[in-house]
Amino acid sequence: MTSVAEAVTRPGAAAREVPAGRRPGWWGTVLFLLTDVAVFAAMLASYFYLRFAANSEWPPAGIEVPKLLKPAILTVLLVPSSIPLIWADLGIKKGQRGRLIAGVSLTFLMGAAFLGVQYTEYAEKLKEYGPSSNAYGSLFYLITGWHGFHVLVGLLGLAFVLAAAISGRITKHHHARVRMIALFWHTVDAVWIAIVATVYLSPHL
Amino acid sequence: MTTVAERVSAEHAVGEQLTAIWEESPGLHSWFATVDHKRIGRRYLFTAALFFVFAGLEAMAMRTQLARPDEHLLTPEAYNQLFTLHGTTMIFLFATPMLFGFGNVLVPLMIGARDMAFPRLNAFGYWVFASSGFLMSASLLFGAAPDGGWFSYVPLTEKAYLPGAGTDVYCVGLLLLGISTTAGAINFIVTALTMRAPGMSLNRVPMFVWSIVVTSFLVLFALPVLNVDNAMLFLDRRWGYHFFDRAHGGDAVLWQHLFWLFGHPDVYIIVLPALGIVSSIVPVFARRPLAAYPLLVLSTIGTGVIGFGVWVHHMFAVGLPQLALSFFSAASLIITIPAGIQIFSWAITIALGRLVVRTPMLFVLGFLAVFVMGGVTGVMFAVVPFDQQTTDSYFVVAHFHYVLFGGAVFPILGALYFWLPKITGRMLSERLGRWSFWIVLLGFNLTFLPMHIQGLLGMPRRVYTYQSGLGWDLWNMLETIGAYILLVGLALTLFNILRSLRSGPVAPDNPWGGESLEWATSSPPAPYNFAVVPTVHSLHPMWDEQTLATMVADRDDPERALTDGKLGLRTSDLDGIAEHPLELPEETLTPFVTAAGLLAIALGFLLGHYVIAYVGAGITVIGIWGWQWPKREPQEASA
Repeated sequence: MTSVAEAVTRPGAAAREVPAGRRPGWWGTVLFLLTDVAVFAAMLASYFYLRFAANSEWPPAGIEVPKLLKPAILTVLLVPSSIPLIWADLGIKKGQRGRLIAGVSLTFLMGAAFLGVQYTEYAEKLKEYGPSSNAYGSLFYLITGWHGFHVLVGLLGLAFVLAAAISGRITKHHHARVRMIALFWHTVDAVWIAIVATVYLSPHL
Repeated sequence: MTTVAERVSAEHAVGEQLTAIWEESPGLHSWFATVDHKRIGRRYLFTAALFFVFAGLEAMAMRTQLARPDEHLLTPEAYNQLFTLHGTTMIFLFATPMLFGFGNVLVPLMIGARDMAFPRLNAFGYWVFASSGFLMSASLLFGAAPDGGWFSYVPLTEKAYLPGAGTDVYCVGLLLLGISTTAGAINFIVTALTMRAPGMSLNRVPMFVWSIVVTSFLVLFALPVLNVDNAMLFLDRRWGYHFFDRAHGGDAVLWQHLFWLFGHPDVYIIVLPALGIVSSIVPVFARRPLAAYPLLVLSTIGTGVIGFGVWVHHMFAVGLPQLALSFFSAASLIITIPAGIQIFSWAITIALGRLVVRTPMLFVLGFLAVFVMGGVTGVMFAVVPFDQQTTDSYFVVAHFHYVLFGGAVFPILGALYFWLPKITGRMLSERLGRWSFWIVLLGFNLTFLPMHIQGLLGMPRRVYTYQSGLGWDLWNMLETIGAYILLVGLALTLFNILRSLRSGPVAPDNPWGGESLEWATSSPPAPYNFAVVPTVHSLHPMWDEQTLATMVADRDDPERALTDGKLGLRTSDLDGIAEHPLELPEETLTPFVTAAGLLAIALGFLLGHYVIAYVGAGITVIGIWGWQWPKREPQEASA
């Protein structure tokens, strides 16, 4: 057993107070997000490739130009949901666990509401066209579906943070996982803007 | 030169304490739970070598079939499966995992680290690779192997034309493998950025580590494109989506663009680490530092960047606009410049040094000759009219075997002779090695040199047989004889390895007088690699006298011996300044469980029993949850 004095003066404890570069976990998350964004980029590039290769009406005959009300609601739910998460992340750095739990819960609710609205939008759209109706439908469901899956994974991540926070495993000194999951969530938000521009707005052009 | 005295002295001081912390438990549990980069790296090497044997035997079956005209040893269906699986296995399951295996073993050793940045992710990557590989290989036993060629062009691979399960195996298998490769790539970059020994600033990073890092960046940007392509093909086939179906607004050429936007960088994903191996072996046997190290680093990075701008040269015969062809033709010619710089750097290093020729160096010299040949035919393909005449002929087959066998297999064989003593602790036989080299060189050239001629004479690739009297008979027979000679040469190396494991002489710490830090460990390295983390003073830490001395001088420094738990040392990204001890994970089953969950998802999708996929998803989530669940801090918990 080491004494208390040794425990606080050992290199690991002492070095913690020294400002230092990014941790491996941060780098790993950022690199993962880089490759994840590349997946979305390949999908969006395919969208434009097929649109211009088709060289005819877009959306194809029989499909209306996408309405913008639902995507607007979705955007309003998702993009600002990063704000409480940032607030929570900054809170735990000061050791405010209540603020962490409150912020993450609010983000979780907004994300869950996003999926709920997306569900109603799918129900509506599927009456008009499905993923196997034509390439336009395939692209729409692939891109929005893959993004929706990301939101679902993000919700699992937020639930993980909540569970760990409530059981007291996320503290002033150990909160790296909050930042990692927050980075994922912010990226999924940012990608959504590119998706709205591509899938919902560009057919109006 | 053989035993590193400083290493012995450092281990004498703290080795016992570290062994108690780092040694993994014996037995079956630890076999599944290990997170040691050396054990995982060995497994990568072993498993990838196994796939090399599978794919090599597939090639032997094809060569036997093609020895004579109108042969009926193989059915056309079996032949289709064999050439598809041969290409897919060699590219995806042998080349990259083999080089990642060397990376796994060597990157931490070369940078003076005790393990990878994410040891559990490393174990996870291996299990996913193994499950994907066996999934794809086993499909041959069920007659359900992929049979649409390794680049799997639509519309041929659409459900209507290839209704069997083969293409589904291809899509799902490669998606699964993509997860493994991505995990490995992230791990390499983060390890190289954060775990280098103090003093190892970016200008002191060994060439092999540079090439693994550049390769990993290529993986991060290229693989997503292949994954999207495969996901779209699977959706087309399974649920009637229309991404590649012209009749419903899709486009078949999209598959090709996405495939080659991945596929050409993938050539560099395979070749760059192999060139890194060459850059490691050349200075040791030329007995002098590499010439133009900064230019080598820059041309490695340059190759990685330009490599993303040349993919259309795989599609010159598709019928794209002339302007696109000219652009990609120019880009394809430009990329020869960094390749040329590398070749000249090695040639100058050899010319200015005092060359000692041992088996590893022999394979490197063989590589130089063969790879340059492949490069020359590569430049020919960059010229559009030539490409359009020879595309889909045996000339292409000859070209890419010179590039890939020459550019990857020769360096890999050299690497085995060079580093296996470090990995297994046993020396290989020099005599057998030399025999193996000359037989491989002869067999290789006899197999693939005539293919140039045969291609110019018009023999198309991927035909299961041919008629007599077209002028191809002699060349085919010669190639088949060459293939059997090649087999003998490779078998000799395999025998050499097995023999060394049984009765090879014990390998000293530094058998070749090497320059980088892996030679400062024991052979095989202790579980903690370095008893005292060295402070690096130059690009050639084994040759500068000061670096090794720090392993003795810092014996009593707790920030270098790090005996207070399973610790590595985190350093700053650019300058390699020591920052913080980094706690590394103990052995655990979570990576294995998570990988098993992913395999269940893949099987569920493949078989169309989605319940299995849901169960797999549940296992995966539980696995990751348990893996990431934070430990309770002892002091803070009581507060």
